[in-house]
Amino acid sequence: MPQLILEQALNGLQFGLMLFLLAAGLTLVFGIMDMINLAHGSLYMVGAYLAAAATQAGGSFVLGVGAAMLGTAMLGLLLEMTLLRRLYARDHLSQVLATFALILIANEAVRIVWGAQPVMLNAPDELSGPFEAGGFSYPAYRLLIIAVGALVAGSLYMLVAKTRLGMWVRAGASNREMTEALGVNVRRLFTAVFAVGAALCALAGALLGPLLAVQVGMGESILILAFVVIVIGGIGSIRGALVGSLLVGLVDTLGRAALPALLRGFLSPEAAGSLGPALASILIYLLMAAILFFRPEGLFPARA
Amino acid sequence: MALYVSSPRRQVLALASLAGLVALPWLAQLLEQTFYVSLASRVLIFALAATSLNLVVGFGGMISFGHAAFFGAGAYCVVVLAQNGVFSAWLAWPAAVAMGVLLALLIGAISLRTRGVYFIMITLAFAQMAFYLVVSLKSWGGDDGLSLAQRSTLGWLDLKDDAVFYYVVLALLAFVLFAFDRFAHARFGRVIQGIRENETRMEALGYPVFAYKLVCFALGGGLAGLAGALIANQAGMAGPNLLYWTQSGTLLVMVVLGGVGSLYGGFVGAALLLLAEEVLVGLTPHWQIGLGLVLLVVVLWAPRGVAGLFARKRDDG
Repeated sequence: MPQLILEQALNGLQFGLMLFLLAAGLTLVFGIMDMINLAHGSLYMVGAYLAAAATQAGGSFVLGVGAAMLGTAMLGLLLEMTLLRRLYARDHLSQVLATFALILIANEAVRIVWGAQPVMLNAPDELSGPFEAGGFSYPAYRLLIIAVGALVAGSLYMLVAKTRLGMWVRAGASNREMTEALGVNVRRLFTAVFAVGAALCALAGALLGPLLAVQVGMGESILILAFVVIVIGGIGSIRGALVGSLLVGLVDTLGRAALPALLRGFLSPEAAGSLGPALASILIYLLMAAILFFRPEGLFPARA
Repeated sequence: MALYVSSPRRQVLALASLAGLVALPWLAQLLEQTFYVSLASRVLIFALAATSLNLVVGFGGMISFGHAAFFGAGAYCVVVLAQNGVFSAWLAWPAAVAMGVLLALLIGAISLRTRGVYFIMITLAFAQMAFYLVVSLKSWGGDDGLSLAQRSTLGWLDLKDDAVFYYVVLALLAFVLFAFDRFAHARFGRVIQGIRENETRMEALGYPVFAYKLVCFALGGGLAGLAGALIANQAGMAGPNLLYWTQSGTLLVMVVLGGVGSLYGGFVGAALLLLAEEVLVGLTPHWQIGLGLVLLVVVLWAPRGVAGLFARKRDDG
């Protein structure tokens, strides 16, 4: 039993950290430019596909991940400078629709280039086995994801919380006009933030690729979770994104593992069997609705 | 956004389209293309769904990204009732409407506490909840959905006949649009449009803003429930894809394509989108790229949709 709980907790941590990689970029885009970008999930998908292609071409997973991050950052840069920039001043409805259109375009473009079938992306052979310590075993690759995720999340948090660049970003998220008046070029800063966000998307896509299928539509399911995360955390707040990611990752994973068993305690096995998975899959949405009910601006609102 | 007023020119256009739509089954029969009657029913049903969303988004100013939940709830309501032996449209369709209203009251009461982006996201979250709930309920068919053994029965009308079903849908849509027009000119419609323009001011004038918005949201949910009941009859089934978030997105696209806050916006948008889809599917399997590009162009250069293109002349002159 402890083995199972620890394993599920680690899975939840791993999922939460990957969500943070997506949510970090999304929350800053949201916070600084007041822009809803549904196409963020498409960058994650493109990143995973690029990683698969580059790994196959170069023969090295690390090289593939690097190439995917670089390529997706370039794509993000291009997208921001040509299209998204025009949408900042527009209302939310226009932003939702324009980026919804981008999703349709990205999905079809990927289908044209790579076909409709899922693409294989294998983890390096050295990491395919389990990691064992003191009678506890856990897949080594998942452990690597946790390590990389924690490292990136930690450095990103330090970058935003402790450096001058991070200070500009936070200032931009809390009051854009004032920051501009103080002489920070928020436009350019934001283009950079967007490119970094795209690279982080690609990292998450590439790392999760070997665990989940690399396929068209993979971006949408995780995108909605990332939105849940940033809404829980408070839009524009990197701390909120971190707390929200870990909360969502753990609640979702542990809920799926534990709820059916818990319900069996006081319901008939049949009822528990059908209600358990149903309840587990809506748990994070319930969490979000409850948090918004009590704190309509999320846990850590960036705008005072 | 301007206050809604009906223009005589638009009335004439609407009556002409109605005449054309009434004649459509005869024409299809004449040309032996009865497939188009079924397609036209589908277009009209989506027009109803998009119109119900336009009520919420265009008139109430609430950008709901979870409208598919009410649409799907109506569909599942009809199918589940049919599985329990209730086929009468007199029972099942009002039940679908009531289902939509109740669900919208529940979701609206919580969601309307938030605003802006948070409102968009919380409505989306509720719709996703409904989606996952339906998918994981095995007795409701899970991923596969449920099929409807036979279409609802409506007195002496034989809804199994595609043409008859088409006329019933057309009559319902025409009635809803007529009522919508009256509603927009009535006191309630004026107030809700006032709230869209300036909530604080309406609050200061003494209107119970929250209650008005909630009623508007629930009305939209009820109409979407009706559309759901019809789509279940048209397709012969209810599937979870009716509740998926892309469905909410598609309905929003229809509203914007046709014109936000324009009476016929939902109808025009649904017709344009579904017909374009029908044509493009025949041309290329990658038609969604074309759809995406068209949508981008509309959002960037014609944000008021087709209604905006028509209205521009009057604004300039």
